[in-house]
Amino acid sequence: MKRRHFLGLLGATGLSLTAGVSKARASSAADVTGLPNVGGVLFDATRCIGCRKCEAACNQVNELPKPAKPFDDLTVLETRRRTDAKTYTVVNKYLPEAGKPPVFRKIQCNHCLEPACASACFVHAFKKTESGAVVYDPSVCVGCRYCIVACPFNIPTYEYDKALTPRVMKCTMCYPRLLEGKLPGCVEACPKEALVFGKRRELLNIAWDRIGANPGRYVEHVYGEREMGGTSWIYMAPKPSFAALGMDEHLGTASAPELTSGALAAVPAVAGVWPVLLTGLYAISKRKEKIAEEEKKAAVEAAIAKASADAEAKLAEELGKAEVANKRRIEVEVKKALEAAAKQAEGGEDA
Amino acid sequence: MSTENRKTGGSLFTPGNIIAGIILAAGIVVTIMRFTLGLGSVTNLSDNNPWGIWIGFDLLCGVALAAGGYTTSAACYIFGFKKFHPGVRPAILTAFLGYALVVFALHYDVGRPWRLVYPIFYQQGTTSILFEVGLCVFIYLTVLFLESLPAALEWKGGFDKYRGILVKLTMGLTILGVILSTLHQSSLGALYLIAPSKLHPLWYTPYLPLMFFLSSMFAGLSMVISEGMLSHKNFHHMMDAEYNAGYENLQLAFAKGAAWIMAGYLAMKLLGLAMDNRWHYLFTGYGAWWLFEVIGFVALPCYCYAVGYRDRNLRLVRIAGPWTVLGIVLNRFNISLVAFNWQLPSADRYFPSLGEIIISVFVVTIGVLAFRFIVTRMPIFFVHPAYKDSSH
Repeated sequence: MKRRHFLGLLGATGLSLTAGVSKARASSAADVTGLPNVGGVLFDATRCIGCRKCEAACNQVNELPKPAKPFDDLTVLETRRRTDAKTYTVVNKYLPEAGKPPVFRKIQCNHCLEPACASACFVHAFKKTESGAVVYDPSVCVGCRYCIVACPFNIPTYEYDKALTPRVMKCTMCYPRLLEGKLPGCVEACPKEALVFGKRRELLNIAWDRIGANPGRYVEHVYGEREMGGTSWIYMAPKPSFAALGMDEHLGTASAPELTSGALAAVPAVAGVWPVLLTGLYAISKRKEKIAEEEKKAAVEAAIAKASADAEAKLAEELGKAEVANKRRIEVEVKKALEAAAKQAEGGEDA
Repeated sequence: MSTENRKTGGSLFTPGNIIAGIILAAGIVVTIMRFTLGLGSVTNLSDNNPWGIWIGFDLLCGVALAAGGYTTSAACYIFGFKKFHPGVRPAILTAFLGYALVVFALHYDVGRPWRLVYPIFYQQGTTSILFEVGLCVFIYLTVLFLESLPAALEWKGGFDKYRGILVKLTMGLTILGVILSTLHQSSLGALYLIAPSKLHPLWYTPYLPLMFFLSSMFAGLSMVISEGMLSHKNFHHMMDAEYNAGYENLQLAFAKGAAWIMAGYLAMKLLGLAMDNRWHYLFTGYGAWWLFEVIGFVALPCYCYAVGYRDRNLRLVRIAGPWTVLGIVLNRFNISLVAFNWQLPSADRYFPSLGEIIISVFVVTIGVLAFRFIVTRMPIFFVHPAYKDSSH
């Protein structure tokens, strides 16, 4: 039995026992250390000969439409291709160094440990399973295509030509076959063992053993070990670089959920703080209004009070003045009367 | 506010109506194609470019430019700027129509529109920023509907009981509107946080959510200024003395607010570059485009707003308003289309198809027609005579 098959079967047996009962994973920060036995595939670009047998197998087991050019036509390798709604995997040819033989890279879903597509999906249509496969449920998909925006590897595709039942299409790591204990179609078809299926941590050991055993042959990096939080599908490439195979070497190690968790964490903060702040601001502006109103009222009252006090004082003064004047008038009148009486008395005496 | 002017209009076949009719007819044709032949038949969307102008314009710009609702109602009801009261109803109506059309346009963009309620009622993807956007937009559309309803009830008459209940809810709805707007305006920016490898580093910053929120505020203020100008031109006969008296003050006050917020936004733009030391990108082609956006469509209109307020120069303010609105559209286009997928070869880049443009214009036309229908009937620019004493 070949090593590849042995590992594959070992992995698949273990998985078929657990996959049925394992609860599918959401992509939240709590799951970062989860899935210790997650499955995966190791791709070694130094072994790939660009025969497209994996493409043919993928097309067959997933019952995808036959392409215009048959799979044994290797001229298609001359054009740079990507996955599409009818193609879950493609092999591209690269010429990293002039004068040296070409290098081939197989492209398909990398089945991230913390998938961007699953994190981005607002109906939870994507799930990372214990088998390693990231699977998609078309029965809930709304078709917003945010998964396609989010995927750093440009993998998910969409059935743009279907009017009423378009689906997101992408590699499933042959999840239905894994559940049956079979290998993914492409892995089984590879004649050069460029693809190995197994438990991810064991695949990493194999990869680093190969790098150690062949000094100078490989880039000293396993692509997918840490990229975007790690992927189930991991890659080895010949020198000089992964970038020479069209792979983005600047993706960073932060997983998709880490990139958005800060913004999501702000939700309860905003929902909690805003009502308090806004009600407070409202209360302050109300209170300002009220105080202004009260001050206005007080000022008016004071003005009225002062005016009436002034008026009273003036009245009293006037009354006082009037009294004095009256007294004087009375006094004058009395004096006049007395004088008149005195005159009369004098006259009487004279007479 | 008399209705004679409208009725003496006569023929339906005015140039404006004819253009609107042609747009509606074209829109209906594309609609039929979209729902019988699929997205691929009318759009240039692809596996590399899953989001086109139906997201970049209809959703991102639509929501940002409908921000006048929460900014105006918050200024009036929460911050106590009572003199803005006549501006509240037009702003709320613009916002409600804006959001309603955003949701309407989404039905074209998503693959299976009848499932748009799934994320809310069927299976929730709570880890998704888009879930937050969807939930907030859904609730906020309801809030805006309730806030717009009193005008319709006053128009129809005989619903004083319900109108009374809604008026009592004003304060609560306003606060809810601000919370929901803060959340989803910022979340529209946060949508792109998940794709640092696809968005150009000059536009990608952890501040994206804050920038979207801040820019939504001055987008809303500028829309109120711009919408007011257009309304004055077309619906002057519907406006009462109170509206006209407050109109210029409102524009000046909003110019001042927008100038301050834009200054803060500019500072944040620079901080975003400084934080990750991305200055060197300024000396590339994308850098020139970034400067064109930031200086040409933020710094300059901000300056015009500030000077316009200081000198009480309404003309300058009314130039800065539409200018800022254009700047918002440019910013949202840059993030969703121009700077997105910047590393892809030009053959794989996106440019909208005629069908996509027709639908976007179709949606805007429906909005304008609905706005016209409503403001020429309901008490939007004037206080209904029967409710003179109401504070709503």
